[in-house]
Amino acid sequence: MVSSENRRKLLDISGEDVTSCYQCGKCSAGCAMAAMMDLLPHQVIRLVQLGQVEEALASRTIWLCASCLACSARCPRGVSLPNVMESLRVTLLRLGGRHLDPVRLPADVLENAPEQALVAGLRKYT
Amino acid sequence: MGYSYFPGCTLRAKARGFESSALASARVLGIHLEELANWQCCGATFPLQVDNSFPLVSPARTLASARRMGERLVTLCSACYNVLKRTNHVMRTDADRRDKVNAFIEEDYRGDLEVVHFLEVLRDDLGFDALARSVKVPLSGLAAAPYYGCLLLRPADELAFDDPEAPHILEDFLSALGCRVVDHPYKIECCGSYVALEPGELASGPSRMVVESARARGARVIVTSCPLCQYNLDVSQQGAHGRNGAGVPVIYFTQLLAIALGLPEDVLGFEGHVISPGPLLRSIGAMGSEATA
Ligand code: SF4
Ligand code: SF4
Repeated sequence: MVSSENRRKLLDISGEDVTSCYQCGKCSAGCAMAAMMDLLPHQVIRLVQLGQVEEALASRTIWLCASCLACSARCPRGVSLPNVMESLRVTLLRLGGRHLDPVRLPADVLENAPEQALVAGLRKYT
Repeated sequence: MGYSYFPGCTLRAKARGFESSALASARVLGIHLEELANWQCCGATFPLQVDNSFPLVSPARTLASARRMGERLVTLCSACYNVLKRTNHVMRTDADRRDKVNAFIEEDYRGDLEVVHFLEVLRDDLGFDALARSVKVPLSGLAAAPYYGCLLLRPADELAFDDPEAPHILEDFLSALGCRVVDHPYKIECCGSYVALEPGELASGPSRMVVESARARGARVIVTSCPLCQYNLDVSQQGAHGRNGAGVPVIYFTQLLAIALGLPEDVLGFEGHVISPGPLLRSIGAMGSEATA
């Protein structure tokens, strides 16, 4: 019961019903960020399917997803993984947390990064 | 050829050379870009939350004001293109969210505008054959690797920009300028995007793969239309990765365009590169020796 409720909350945010994922792993195979992730993208989806949302929320993967849409473009089941990743980030951010403190960004990043990187990053991380 | 034009924030700050090279090129090619009177930041990234339409407010406002100026809005930055075109898709197809956003911005905008990238203008309206005929300084044999990244291509059903797995618009553009196109397997892979803001060198791995995939195949320059890709690929070559002349400069497609059209160097605006494009462009005679880049 609890797990289906967790899943429904994420569905409201992401618009993505993860039940259609059949765990083929194609998303993870083509993910540019996979080497740095603690859970692979298809493993995050599996946790959400099982309603084990706490584990997914604790994963570094949700912050390393770059919203590049390579996975969703290739998923044979049409799963919008990037939306699911965002729904997990947003679940934490809407509680008032933030993943990145702009004040702590290194001076060279603040000085040299394009405005678009800063605005996009702060939108995804705060 | 007349269009309304959305520059976006980055082209007015860190990527000035992207805009100055584009506007100067457009002028000599007879493409008239009329800047929107009241534009604001597009938001830099398309929101992937369907229960929150607030991030659509700013791009929707821009779209509604562009619609009053005509039917086609041109952008240069890949991120602006992606956000504006995806927002336009929502305004066109999702009545529920459209009503919400329209109520907030006090407009009745229905997505009846076409958002086009400057590359599409060159391809579809000017034509790459006509472009080739306008070239004054052919970049004969310059080994150039196209880099698309994500934002021009995905999601393909909404953007319909090019083949999402095997795009060729940048290749065709580079060929028109006389370049030798270097194909490489990472041209549509992600550079790491905003994850670059994560502490440490963590996020530069994907960018290094992209640079290495182009360099290993002989590319002497990487060509992009995204300020964030430009930054990530360039910065990933800091230190050992770019030393000993092994670095590959990363530049905007419009900068190569301006060079090929024989425009003065002051429109190029090469600034703050880790790997400076100056030596390369001088070595092929595409830039004068006194240039500072
Ligand atoms: S590619 Fe699609 S179906 Fe396959 S594991 Fe990933 S999300 Fe599931
Ligand atoms: S959108 Fe995220 S999970 Fe999907 S391929 Fe890109 S980085 Fe990986």
